[in-house]
Amino acid sequence: MATVELRFSALPEHVRTARLVAAAVARRAGVDEAVLDEVRLAVGEACSRAVGLHANGGLGTPVRVALIEDEKRFSIEVGDDAPTASGSEGSGGASGGPVAESDEEGDMGLAVISGLVDDVEVTSDEKGGLIRMSWPTAPEPATLP
Amino acid sequence: MDLSLSTRTVGDRTIVEVGGEIDVYTAPKLREQLVELVNDGSFHLVVDMEGVDFLDSTGLGVLVGGLKRVRAHEGSLRLVRNQERILKIFRITGLTKVFPIHNSVDEAVAATD
Repeated sequence: MATVELRFSALPEHVRTARLVAAAVARRAGVDEAVLDEVRLAVGEACSRAVGLHANGGLGTPVRVALIEDEKRFSIEVGDDAPTASGSEGSGGASGGPVAESDEEGDMGLAVISGLVDDVEVTSDEKGGLIRMSWPTAPEPATLP
Repeated sequence: MDLSLSTRTVGDRTIVEVGGEIDVYTAPKLREQLVELVNDGSFHLVVDMEGVDFLDSTGLGVLVGGLKRVRAHEGSLRLVRNQERILKIFRITGLTKVFPIHNSVDEAVAATD
């Protein structure tokens, strides 16, 4: 399994918890202090987007966050259960304005993530979407002779 | 940490002092505050974000919404911010070109352009 896994009810108030946990695990994994703000922001954006997608789709399932510490990289995966946009786009019109607005916010979130993170991958299929992001971890300080 | 909001008036400007975290959970409170101010006739807003520890795209959306509202009344929305960690998201999204960003409330209040 991932180093730390988190599943939370798709509610806005829990996104902060996900940010705090992700930042704590990233720090422990050796991600540079200067980059931790980016990690915090990126995971917050990904989780906010997932929460929005679940709310729009009326999904009762939790948002999933996997924090994975490898030898040289720290990765975060945020998974949602909202099916691919091609299926849901048509239904958005029926509920009117608010849906469109929150879709726009989700797009803005993705734009921020791609501006922020060099290594990011967004995939989705009929079951849901996944945002994968990773950052290098600082090498162990060389031991002095 | 939650969001804190307070407002005061300096001349024809209304200063909105924001503290804490602006995210998907707290941004609606900021939106309500901005909408209320505009509805009450305050069209020249200065949003002081010196006390803000975190800002995400939801918060940016609210600020852009506020700007749209005051512009409809030929007003202005200026930001006060000098911490790099928050400025970064404005830079990534190109919003540094949209919002006048000042180093202090005094500077924002004095600005007329």
